[in-house]
Formats: sequence, structure tokens, C-alpha cells
Amino acid sequence: MSDMRTPLSRVRGLGSAKKGTEHFFMQRVTALANIPLTLFLVGALVVHAGSDYATMTAFLGNPFIGLIMLLLIVSAVYHMRLGLQVVIEDYIHGEASKLLALIANQFFAFTICVACILAVLKLVIG
Amino acid sequence: MTDQTTRARPLSPHIQIYRWTLTMMLSILHRATGVALYAGTVLLAWWLLAAATGPEAYAQVKTVSSAWYGRLVLFGYSWALFHHMFGGLRHFIWDTGRGFDLKHVEIIARLTSLLPLILTAGVWVAAYAYLGAF
Ligand code: HEM
Repeated sequence: MSDMRTPLSRVRGLGSAKKGTEHFFMQRVTALANIPLTLFLVGALVVHAGSDYATMTAFLGNPFIGLIMLLLIVSAVYHMRLGLQVVIEDYIHGEASKLLALIANQFFAFTICVACILAVLKLVIG
Repeated sequence: MTDQTTRARPLSPHIQIYRWTLTMMLSILHRATGVALYAGTVLLAWWLLAAATGPEAYAQVKTVSSAWYGRLVLFGYSWALFHHMFGGLRHFIWDTGRGFDLKHVEIIARLTSLLPLILTAGVWVAAYAYLGAF
């Protein structure tokens, strides 16, 4: 089959979305980061299953724990935002409703991200 | 545009035509668990904000998370996370161009269904041990 793309477009390699492989690549980078980060969270939740408020906040207030929590939040939210974007593009076909859903995805992701960061900062800094 | 766009064109068969396979189910589950984890981040935010707010707010989280329905949701969340994680690992293998032959597809599919179940069970046994339930 003959290639429909112009030589310039082939050299740029950015495809129809003009983003190249950035979406795919960042989905993978954040997925990779998510593995140790979510395993850490699950481990912490298991160990602290019976902890009271004071123990839990002392744990979350430790700067190193806070750092891991912040990395987890940023990576997971970035990842899920990219992921849901694809789901929306696959299933919602009306131009207006698709646009609204894509915007809602951004709003949701950023709100969760900022809310979690705010909470962690308060726990660490006081 | 011409009227080309409105002419009835042949469509590829939709999923209900096909026989169910494990690989097909895993593909759907990877997406479903991804979306479930997405919604579940609300719980993560609630937990962190409550911890940052104070003992009363945190006590509310504890009440819900130790009730049977809370435990059920957390159990589902932990399984979804492990299942999605192993689904992601499967994607990583494919991303290297490997594991596409039928034999390996099937082996990997079985592993990525079973291991998350085992890990989920392990995590909950450990959690109840820390809780002092046994
Ligand atoms: C724990 C490690 C994780 C790994 C290894 C992982 C891996 C992946 C990969 C490789 C994809 C792309 C699948 C594709 O291209 O079809 C994906 C999709 C997705 N992930 Fe994750 N993920 C992880 C954690 C998470 C978490 C914590 C969330 C949510 C908070 C999440 C939400 C999603 C969503 C919504 C999608 C889109 C589903 C789809 O397109 O079918 N993932 N994940």
C-alpha cells in the first residue's frame, strides 16, 4: 500500500494527534513508577491496619513518607488521566459530549491531585 | 463532505459474535479495573484529607473502612490494583515485541489472572494479622 503521508510528516513522526508517542510513552513511564509506589502504599496500609490516629499521622508526617506519597499521587493521577482520556475517546462519539467528558477528566484529575498534595503537605509541614 | 458518509457501509462484527476467551476477558478487565481505580482515588483523597483535618474526620473514615461494606470495597480495590498491575506488566512484555505467540499469550494470561488473586488474599491475611484478628 502506498504511504499517504507527506515526506515532511513522516520525518516529524508526530501522527494525526501532533503529539507523537508522548501519550503512549508517559502512560508507560507512570505505569512503571506506579508499581513500587502503589506496592508501598498497600504495604503501609497493611502494617497500619490497626493504627490509631496519632500513629497514622506521625507516619504520614514523616518527610520521607510524605515524599513517597507525593510521588505516588502525581504519578497515579497523571497515569489515570491519560488512561481515561483513551477510554473517553473510544466510547464517546458526539463531538460536544466528548469534549465535555475530556474536560471533566482534566478537572477531576487535577482536583484529586491538588487535594491529596494539600493534605500531605499539611501532614508533613504541620 | 459528500453523501458518502451517510451510506450504509459494512461494519466489523461486535464483541457479542465471538466465543469468550480468557485473553478477551483480561483485556476488558484491564480497562474496567483502570476505570475503577480512577474512581477509587476519591477514597485516597478522602483518607488523606481526613488525616490532615483531625481526629474526628479520621474517625469517620475508620468507621466506614471497618464496616463490612467498607471492607468489601477495599477488598475489591486491592484486587483491582493487583489485577491492573499484572495487566500492565503483560503490556510491558508485549511492548518489547515478545510474548505474542499463542502459547505464551495463554501462559501469561493464566499467570496474570491467578497471581493477583493470590496476592490479594495474602495482603488481607496480613492485614487481619496486623489488626490482631488472628
Ligand atoms: C500499579 C501499577 C500500574 C500499572 C503497571 C499500570 C499499567 C497500565 C498500562 C500499561 C495501561 C495502558 C493499557 C493500554 O495501552 O491499553 C494502563 C491503563 C490505565 N490505567 Fe493503569 N497501571 C497501573 C496503575 C494504575 C492506577 C493506580 C490507576 C488509577 C488510579 C490506573 C488507571 C488506568 C486507567 C484508567 C487506564 C486506561 C484503561 C484503558 O485504556 O483500557 N492505573 N495502565
